[in-house]
Amino acid sequence: MSRQAILLGLLLAAFALAPLVAGPYLLSVLVVVMYFAYVGQAWNIMMGFAGQLSLGHTLYVGLGAYTAAALFVHLGVPAALGLFAAAAAAVAVGGVIGALGFRFGVKGVYFALLTIAFAEFTRILFEHIPGLGGPAGLFLPVGDRGGIDLIHLRGHPLMFYYLILAMTVGIFLLCRRLVRSRLGYTWLAVREDQEAAAALGINVFRAKLTAVMLSAGLTALGGVFFAFYYNNLFPNQAFSMNRSIEIILAPIVGGLGTLFGPILGALILTPLGELITMATEAMGFKAAGIKQLCYGLSLLAIVKFLPDGVWPWLRTRLGLEPDAGGEGES
Amino acid sequence: MTIDLANQIVTGLLTGLVYSLMALGLSVIFGVVRVVNFAHGEMTALAMYAAWMLFTWLELDPLVGLPLIALLLFALGYVMQRGLIDAFVAKPEHMQFILLVAVAIIMVNFSLLVFGPDAHGIQVPYGFDTYEVGPLLVDKVRLLAASAALAISGLLMLFFRRTMTGKAIRACADNLVGARVIGLNVKQLYAVTFGIGSACVGAAGALLSLLIDVMPSSGPELTMLAFIIVIVGGLGSMGGALLGGMLIGVSEVLAGYFLMPSMKGMFSFAILILILVLRPQGLMGARK
Repeated sequence: MSRQAILLGLLLAAFALAPLVAGPYLLSVLVVVMYFAYVGQAWNIMMGFAGQLSLGHTLYVGLGAYTAAALFVHLGVPAALGLFAAAAAAVAVGGVIGALGFRFGVKGVYFALLTIAFAEFTRILFEHIPGLGGPAGLFLPVGDRGGIDLIHLRGHPLMFYYLILAMTVGIFLLCRRLVRSRLGYTWLAVREDQEAAAALGINVFRAKLTAVMLSAGLTALGGVFFAFYYNNLFPNQAFSMNRSIEIILAPIVGGLGTLFGPILGALILTPLGELITMATEAMGFKAAGIKQLCYGLSLLAIVKFLPDGVWPWLRTRLGLEPDAGGEGES
Repeated sequence: MTIDLANQIVTGLLTGLVYSLMALGLSVIFGVVRVVNFAHGEMTALAMYAAWMLFTWLELDPLVGLPLIALLLFALGYVMQRGLIDAFVAKPEHMQFILLVAVAIIMVNFSLLVFGPDAHGIQVPYGFDTYEVGPLLVDKVRLLAASAALAISGLLMLFFRRTMTGKAIRACADNLVGARVIGLNVKQLYAVTFGIGSACVGAAGALLSLLIDVMPSSGPELTMLAFIIVIVGGLGSMGGALLGGMLIGVSEVLAGYFLMPSMKGMFSFAILILILVLRPQGLMGARK
């Protein structure tokens, strides 16, 4: 067994056993950590593997969340079925954005701005749809918090904990398979040199579109989890620019294009935010904004001093071989 | 009704010109340094707070305080480029994005910490004066602010065409290697450019403080607004920023007039999407 596999096994064991020792507060923090590791991994498919920068990724979270939640609230469709509609909606919208962008040669900064424009457009659109609650929000009826109902996704917080753990493990394994697949190598070729990839006979348009649609669909599943875990949705939160930024922070801080990056980034950033809150409260600061201010400063320090992300740096320290698709191979 | 509509359009055009000046700063920075300033609106908000402080404490009219605020923002931009952004100029776009997002987060929360979450507005003595131009009613503040914005934009164009520094900056934008070969200090010129772009922001912030209230959340909104204007007009094109500003100013009032005021943003983003897809170089930008 490689040292990497052992490390991963230990991490998984720690998360699986955490509910034995952790209280409700710590568990809720760990759920957030895994949620950001999950959506970060999904975003990483598009940016880290295929090199297409999406700065409006919360669009897919919001679409997934609203689709599954609206189907549940209005028609009583269980989450286990609603998630297909949620993923389909996001894949369709991602396909439209990707097709528009790639067909018309919208590149780099311009493509990133296109993704922001669609997310912001959708945010304001959803504020004007009365059936979805508009700006006042859409609320899911809180059911029995004691049971376990995976079909309707109602039940105990521990059920949600293990669900998001399973999702995070699942997407990790999927991405591991992907980077070593034909499609994964196609993405890397496109990411590194689009013209050279085209010259090799790779259908660049299709490769990029596949990455966007896959990333969108997987992100939407994170949105379904979000909707049923928090039970409330507001357009100015679900589709906000801030959420998009939050999604991409973990993979970038952890290490873009690496498999461990999103997990490590989430493990650093979420507890960091919580620690800053606790520290400022303990020191008697109650002022609004102090937490975010410290957060911004920490973020600045990380991008300034570890621009490739924490994982490539840590990997060298631990003497581990680079994982496929990582900086080391490219 | 037509008179009312015409008044609205004039209001949109004048407000748009002030937006233009802010967007011009973004355009200048991107055109030369090739870094997208995602903290642009946040810097504008800081300038608006500066104008508010000068007005509240020293009873200084924002139009009088404008040069001082522009100078302060020049210094801020210069230092930011020198100390922080310069190391990221050659880095990939997403790294620059995260860096400037971090700067933006710091600025928003600094304003929240210092000024609180409430909106701050400036009420000058001539705030309700209007001019009658034929059948139209034009606000005096709006006309003054728009004229000042237009004059400053003109001065900026003169600077880039007539002065040696301006020409050197344009040389960096046109041919970076060539600029290095003839011995231009690119690092220094980049910092000056970022400073000039920020000074535009300072001036625009001082003028905007006459027209709208400022609160911490104004920053991100103004950033988006600046982006839309610059993309619609053409990133890097100065004339495009002016045109884009007026276009967005008018589209905002029209969307508010015919639909709902809360839908005006949707209108602007729809224009942005159309321009990005159909004419990514913007209305006045040149095809690369």
